[in-house]
Amino acid sequence: MKVKQISVFLENRKGRLYEVLNVLATEKINIRALSIADTADFGILRLIVPDPDAAKKALEKGGFTVKENNVIAIEVPDRPGGLAFVLKALQDADINVEYLYAFVAKSQKGAIVVIRTENNDGALKALKHGEVKVLTPEELYSL
Amino acid sequence: MIWNRQAECMPTGERQTLQLGRLRAAVKRTYDAVPFYRKRFGEAKIKPEDIKSLDDIRRIPFITKTELREGYPFNMFAVPMQNIVEVHTSSGTTGKPVVTGYTRNDIDLWSEVMARALSMAGATEKSIIQNCYGYGLFTGGLGVHYGAHRIGSTVVPISAGNTKRQIDIMLDFQTTIIACTPSYALYLAEVAEEQGIDLKKLSLKAGCFGAEMWTEQIRTEIEKRFHILALNIYGLTEIIGPGVAHECPEKCGLHIFEDHFYPEIISPDTLELLPEGENGELVLTTLTREGIPMLRFRTRDITALHHEPCACGRSLVRMERITGRSDDMLKIRGVIVFPYQIEKALFEMKGIEPHYQIIVTREHHLDEIEVQVEMSKKLFSDEIRKIEELRRKIEKNIEEAIGLRAKVLLVEPKSLPRSEGKAKRVVDKRQL
Repeated sequence: MKVKQISVFLENRKGRLYEVLNVLATEKINIRALSIADTADFGILRLIVPDPDAAKKALEKGGFTVKENNVIAIEVPDRPGGLAFVLKALQDADINVEYLYAFVAKSQKGAIVVIRTENNDGALKALKHGEVKVLTPEELYSL
Repeated sequence: MIWNRQAECMPTGERQTLQLGRLRAAVKRTYDAVPFYRKRFGEAKIKPEDIKSLDDIRRIPFITKTELREGYPFNMFAVPMQNIVEVHTSSGTTGKPVVTGYTRNDIDLWSEVMARALSMAGATEKSIIQNCYGYGLFTGGLGVHYGAHRIGSTVVPISAGNTKRQIDIMLDFQTTIIACTPSYALYLAEVAEEQGIDLKKLSLKAGCFGAEMWTEQIRTEIEKRFHILALNIYGLTEIIGPGVAHECPEKCGLHIFEDHFYPEIISPDTLELLPEGENGELVLTTLTREGIPMLRFRTRDITALHHEPCACGRSLVRMERITGRSDDMLKIRGVIVFPYQIEKALFEMKGIEPHYQIIVTREHHLDEIEVQVEMSKKLFSDEIRKIEELRRKIEKNIEEAIGLRAKVLLVEPKSLPRSEGKAKRVVDKRQL
């Protein structure tokens, strides 16, 4: 099951992150997970929110460059080697990971990892084959 | 269609003799009548009699817009006001406007050169010319008007604006030639298409487009949408208005009416004359104007001249499409860079928004260029790698265009300054 993620382009300027978050707060959009990738000049804010379409609309209205794309959310056992086990499944299938970020949810025993690969369909197949628990959007949003 | 075969196809040697005779008379007349030029000649230690050949023109000091402004309003006129029958001014967007005054002979000259120009676009007595250049102090409207009268075409003096009415008239009057700015032509096409009008059904055959810088891409676009011949017209208030040069259907440069306007190309940097074909600043001298003669006026427009004969039969020198203004010229680490070169490199890439800014700084005695480009939805990716690839691609394109490395900074949409008129593309932070 693929999950929608929204990405926002951010210049490395004071207050820009706050402005994105402020737009989401005004629209009463809750954030499930986020990560920021940054270079010296700019950053990309990646967000998982329950209503990605509404968030995208609100941010675009606020003048931000926003993109929606698919990622995979999986549950990783909370023990040493948990993530390595998952990555092994992808490596065996020769699938490159573009980036990933992890977070821990209160109600969950394990950690949640969001993965972006160059081939999401192949990755899903490989993960299923490796018996990794892939979360549906509903499961992810209700955490 | 050649309006004045005798003048336009004259053998070069014969024309040079004509030019020299006219130049010497113009220098004498101007020196005698305008104190400014007398002072300038004195400072340069020359007399009108020193101009013995066309090459001697380079001994005459240049004149720029600044000096013309100082002469506001009528100090640069070479005849008494009672002989001036019409005045026009430049727009004055960059300061006090420049006033130009025409005698009856000047209006006659203007009609002649504009008749030559419109004839290149195929104008005859039967043509219906829709003149969308503004009538008033701006020279565009009346310049085209006088040329159309001289030919005997039917001129529709609709002036600028009221786009819907322009389209109605174009349809109802069966306009065959349109004169307007290229950007307005594209706007007209857009509005007409929105109204469901099939542009191919218009009677339009050709257009004279000018009064702003434009590109070959825009020409192709206009020609494709209207199914017409789109030709380039050039002129400036300080010299006469429109009608200094115009393209023939060969589209290989604009023929300068050099029996009246003598062109030179100089390096805006060293002010030295440049050899044929080299890009530099156009300098014009009026050979026959009476009201406000101009000796070596620096136009600030960047172009190159070509003397080889044109397939159309005219022997008049051709100037390339204007590609920039020397006011915009930058010298970076000794290399001359024009913003349009960077602009062209940017727009060769799909998805780039037409908003950018060039920032020049000097750090540790070394000039650096930064080009800020707005991130568009089309270019954005959630992956740093892809954005970095894009940034490097833009940098490579710019380097290929200007021969220097520039740093590209991707900025958020709508974060660069917008302007209603002339956009401010360059911020030079060097303290030179």
